[in-house]
Order: sequence, then structure tokens, then C-alpha cells
Amino acid sequence: MLASNTIPGILMTVTFPHKTLPWLLIAPQLLVTLIFFLWPAGQAIEQAFYQEDAFGLSREFVGLENFIELLQDPYYYNSIGVTLVFSLAVAVSGLSIALILATMADRIIRGQMVYQTLLIWPYAVAPALAGVLWWMLFDPAQGPIALWLEYMGIEWNHYVDGGDAMILVVIAATWKQISYNFLFFLAGLQAIPRSLIEAAAIDGAGPVRRFWDIVFPLLSPTAFFLLVMNIVYAFFETFGVIDATTAGGPGQSTKILVYKVYEDGFVGLDLGGSAAQSVILMMIVGLMTVVQFRFIERKVQY
Amino acid sequence: MQKRKLSALLLGATIASSGFAATDIEWWHAMGGALGEKVNSIVADYNASQDAYNVKAVYKGNYTETMTSAIAAFRAKQQPELVQVFEVGTASMMAAEGAIYPVHQLMRDSGQAFDGDKYLSAVTGYYTDNDGQMLSMPFNSSTPVLYYNKAMLAKAGVTPPTTWEEMETVGEKLLASGAKCGFTTAWQSWVHLENMSSRHNEPFATKANGFGGMDTRLAFNSPLQVKHISKMGEWQKNGIFSYSGRRNDGSAKFYSQDCAMYTESSAGYAGITKNAKFDFGVVELPYWAGEVKQPSNTIIGGASLWVLKGHQTEEYRGVASFLSYLSSADVQADWHQFSGYLPITTAAYNLTKGEGFYAKNLGTEIAVQQMTTGTPSENTKGLRLGNFIQIRGMIDEALESVWNGDADAQSALDNAVARGNKLLSKFEKAND
Repeated sequence: MLASNTIPGILMTVTFPHKTLPWLLIAPQLLVTLIFFLWPAGQAIEQAFYQEDAFGLSREFVGLENFIELLQDPYYYNSIGVTLVFSLAVAVSGLSIALILATMADRIIRGQMVYQTLLIWPYAVAPALAGVLWWMLFDPAQGPIALWLEYMGIEWNHYVDGGDAMILVVIAATWKQISYNFLFFLAGLQAIPRSLIEAAAIDGAGPVRRFWDIVFPLLSPTAFFLLVMNIVYAFFETFGVIDATTAGGPGQSTKILVYKVYEDGFVGLDLGGSAAQSVILMMIVGLMTVVQFRFIERKVQY
Repeated sequence: MQKRKLSALLLGATIASSGFAATDIEWWHAMGGALGEKVNSIVADYNASQDAYNVKAVYKGNYTETMTSAIAAFRAKQQPELVQVFEVGTASMMAAEGAIYPVHQLMRDSGQAFDGDKYLSAVTGYYTDNDGQMLSMPFNSSTPVLYYNKAMLAKAGVTPPTTWEEMETVGEKLLASGAKCGFTTAWQSWVHLENMSSRHNEPFATKANGFGGMDTRLAFNSPLQVKHISKMGEWQKNGIFSYSGRRNDGSAKFYSQDCAMYTESSAGYAGITKNAKFDFGVVELPYWAGEVKQPSNTIIGGASLWVLKGHQTEEYRGVASFLSYLSSADVQADWHQFSGYLPITTAAYNLTKGEGFYAKNLGTEIAVQQMTTGTPSENTKGLRLGNFIQIRGMIDEALESVWNGDADAQSALDNAVARGNKLLSKFEKAND
């Protein structure tokens, strides 16, 4: 039952008589956030100020030493650079290819469901499998694509060439993400009123003009949402792709930040250094999200 | 109906096992596939051979994953009694004095007959402390050798190279005869730096490769290693060498007969036998004849078994009994012949020889002979470096920069040494 404090005719506020019910209702979500985000994040922040042996037998407070060491390490900056190149490449190619596919799928009348289903499939593939799949297709010794490239006179060897390796992981990571983007773009396209497009067509606007002046602006909220999601995806969820294929190599050419966190922490057992990296990574992504919302969102038309 | 039968069976099994009150012992290992099945059968045989203890073998993923999960379990006080740790994790385990139960001490405390001299010193040397006491039980050890494709070498009219000098001429002739590449490699750091160094009796790191103290520093940027790596960089350009990945991805090029030769672990024998659709041979890892008259022994790779602290005396008795069983000549010889890993005791080696195994399977003895050449010196006993897993990663990166022409051998190795030394001093600081 709702009780209302009303001053008739002026305003009406509704309050709930139970103080506990709303808390109970959001409790599951709060609990999940607390256990799976805040608690580990807090531990990471604490850990970042300590140096500890792997077995947890001794622990020493070192203040900011872990951070200072990172910020003096040229390889860390290299990893930041690699991450930026990788994420931009994944986000830009993922978004543009998905948009092209979605506009095409939107036009198809016959067998639309078949195309849509086929395009959504790769999303169900685990990142590590997606990585291995492309890894094998491009294998310099026996991969069909690599052999075809060789036939075309293009030398391909992702074991040695950093550029090739980067292209490969970008393809594998993008391929999976295209499905996700495609779904949202298609839904966005189908929400655009036909009447707007038809009106423009009657006024003499060609398909290209109609796309850029009507469809694209109306899609911009979707595109913005996807941009944020894709960057987050490229930063964090591509771990499986990298781990199953290049493991960060050759050299340092595909060592993205999240992979470096894993490698230093779980393989190298340098818990303090790895925790410091996680903290910085958390700050970078937080910062990027703020920047995206402040500057890019302004251009979005809802 | 079916279900009820099954649960009755399960119940029966539980009662039966609790009736004997056998002490459970958990062993975490990293042996997948055929090796994993072999491990299970060894454990089943042991369990059937007595009824006081029941060993449970648990597959925990690859070496890194197994070690990491054991460490995480230790922190959560859920550690197994026994865990298999690869050789690069050795220094980390040794430094964790509060976490490990040295094998020689365990054997003494549990009253098991144990004589460190019965083991092949080239194998156990890696796992003994400075007083020669065994800290962990070697289980699967291997060493790099050179595999070659008989038909391809015959076509080029050459015999397999015993020295790296010969490798150059053999490689050129192979390329001239139409081969796509001379040789490829697996585990580049292990084969072409770590074993390269020991084969020429040169230090990989100071302080007897780390055996002499935690203040050890890397030394693999000396003229010998620089010469070898820069030669390999040259070969990568002209096709005598073809790099194909950090692990054993190179097998693909050897199987497809793109590459005529392949430097890989002796434990790769079973896989090559299964996959190579051609006649292949095995010879010792080449050396630079211009650098040494007589090559020294190579060092091992693979893993050993570590006992973790925090369990009951009775459980440790079981571990000791199981380890004795594992190192018995029969079990060892069987494991060695099945897997291609080295035998860890002289008795197992002699038994295998006596059975005529080496005569029937040509090439399987090469690794043992190469390992046991001469008496190990401080440069060839093994490597004991903290944070070695990460250092290997740095070496991989440095070598790749040579293969793709980004850096010359000297600067790449200098760079890897400098980066690795930072980790060594970090390790020294964390464990002093």
C-alpha cells in the first residue's frame, strides 16, 4: 500500500512505507557488485602497496614503489601503446563492418532470418576458440589463408612479424564482436521510422544521402553505446584471444595491458607489480569512459 | 532402476574404501593426453599394490597453471601433498622454505630407504641443494636433441651435422636441393641459449648459474652466445633456419617436410614417431667445434615433484612410500620407454638397456648419452634463477627481435640480460 503526502493541487510525492523493502529489492545486485567487484578491487588496491612472495609467507609494505617501477619501465608504455592501437583497430573495424552488414541485412526481404542467424553465430564462440581458429587459418606452414597469401606473393608469418601478429589478433577479436554490434545496429535500424526515409526519398535524396543525413544520426545513440562497449571489450575480454594465440609476442608486439597483468601476476607471481598494473588499468578505463561521455556523447542525438 | 543400481554401487564403494581407512594423498600434475593416462595407470598400480594409502592424481592444466594453482591453494591452506613443478619454477619453490618439505628429509623422517647416489646426477643435480641433498623428486626430465628427416638429407647428399659449423654447409645444400628450410626449433631459449651455454661449458648466469646464491646475475650476452644468436639471425634470413614459435609449434614445419631438421626435446620423440610420415633420425645437439674440443653435457628440462608442508605425519608416510615406488627401476624404466623422458636412476637405465629397448628404438639413447657426457661442471649442472618464467619470456622477446631483424644479437641479448637482472634483484630482495 502506498501512502501519499499530498498537498492537493500543487505536487504529489509518493513514499513507500517500508524502509527495508527497497534495500531488499536491490540487495542481490548490491551483493554481486560487492563480492565480485568492490571487494576484489579493494584487495587489488591494497596489494599494490605491498611486495609479497608467491606463497604469502612474507609481506612487506613498499609504499608507491610498485607504481614507480612501472612508470619507469619503457615496456609498460609500449604495452599501453599496443593496447591503444589494438582497441582502436578492434572498435573501428568491428563497428564499421557490423554497420555495413546490418544495413545490408536490413534491406533483405527474403531469408532475412537465415542471414541474421548466421551473422550472430560467431558471438557464441569462446574467445580462445576464435583465436585458435584464426591462428590455424593463418598458420604459415599449413593455414589455407597463409598459403593463399603466399600464392598471391604476400609473405605472412605471425611468428616473426609483429605487424602480422597484430592483424591476426585484431581479426580474431573483431570477428567475434561483429555479431554483437550487428545485433544492436540491426535493432537500431529497424526502430527508425520508414516514413522519415520515404519522405527524404520523395524529396529526392539518394541512398547515400539518406544514410548519412537520416539513418546515421538516428543510429548515433546505438553507435555511441557500442563504441563504449567495444573499447571495454578490447581492453578486457580479448585476453582469451591473445593467450590462445600470440601470448603477447612476437617480441612485445601484441602484449596488451590486461595480458601483461595476467603474465606478471599469474605466470610471474609478482603480485604487487601486477596489482599496481590492475589499479592503473582500472583508472585508465574509468578515465576513458568519462571522456567518452563528456565529449563524444555531446555529438549524439537522442 | 539403472540409477538406483549405480548409487548402491557407489555406496558400496564408499563403505569399502572407508573400511580400509586408507589415507588419501593428492597429487597435482600437468600431464595431459597420453602422458596423463600413463600417470593414471601408474597411480592405479600403486594403489593396487598396497592398501594403506590411496593416491589421487589430479590433472591441473599446463605447467604454469599447475604451479599457480598449487601456490594459490597453499595460500588458501588447501594445498595437495604432492605437486609437479616444471624446472623453471625450481628456484621459486626452493626459496619458499616455509612451504616445502625437502624430499631427502621426508624420506628420512618416514623411514624410507633412500640413497641419493642411485639417481643420475645429471638429472638430480638440478634439484639438489648446495650440500647435495635432494629437495624434490625428479619425475619427467628431458634434454634437447636434433631430429632429422632421412630422405631430405639423402636427397641433398648430406649427413646430419654434429657441429654448428657443419649446420651451415648442410643447410645450404638442403636449400639447394629444394628444401624450404634447413632447420626449425622448439623452446628457443632452452635449446639455443640455456643448453647452448652448458654444451660449451659457459655460464648462463653468474654464481654457478644461480646455484651459488640469490645474488646471481645473467651472463648470456657473452661472445659465444652472441655469435650463436647472430648466426641464427643470419640463417633466419637465408632460410637455413626458420623460426616458428615459442613452444613446440615448430613440429608442424618438420612434419610437413618444409624443414629438414628440428631441435626439440628428447621427450618429443613419441609425438614425432606418431606424426612424422617419413623416416627420421636423432643425433646429439650440435656444438661449435671452433669453441670447444669436446662438448659438455646438456641440461634438463621437464619437471619434478615437490612435497608441500601443512599435512599430517601419516600422509607424509604415504607420500614417501609413493615416491619410493615411483623411482623403482621397473616403474622408471616403463615411464622412460613410454614417454621418452630420461630415466632418473642408473638402475632404470641399465634395465632399459638390458631389455634391448635402445637397440630396437634407434635414437632413444642419444639423449641419455648426451646428458651423461662427462661430469657436470658448475656451468652444466642446471639453472637456478628466480622469476625465471618471466625471464624466459624476455629472452623469447629478445630472440624474436633478432629473427625479424629489429635488433642485432648483441643489443638484443644485452637488453634481455638487463631486463632479467632487474627481476633477479627483485627476487633476491623478496626472499632475503
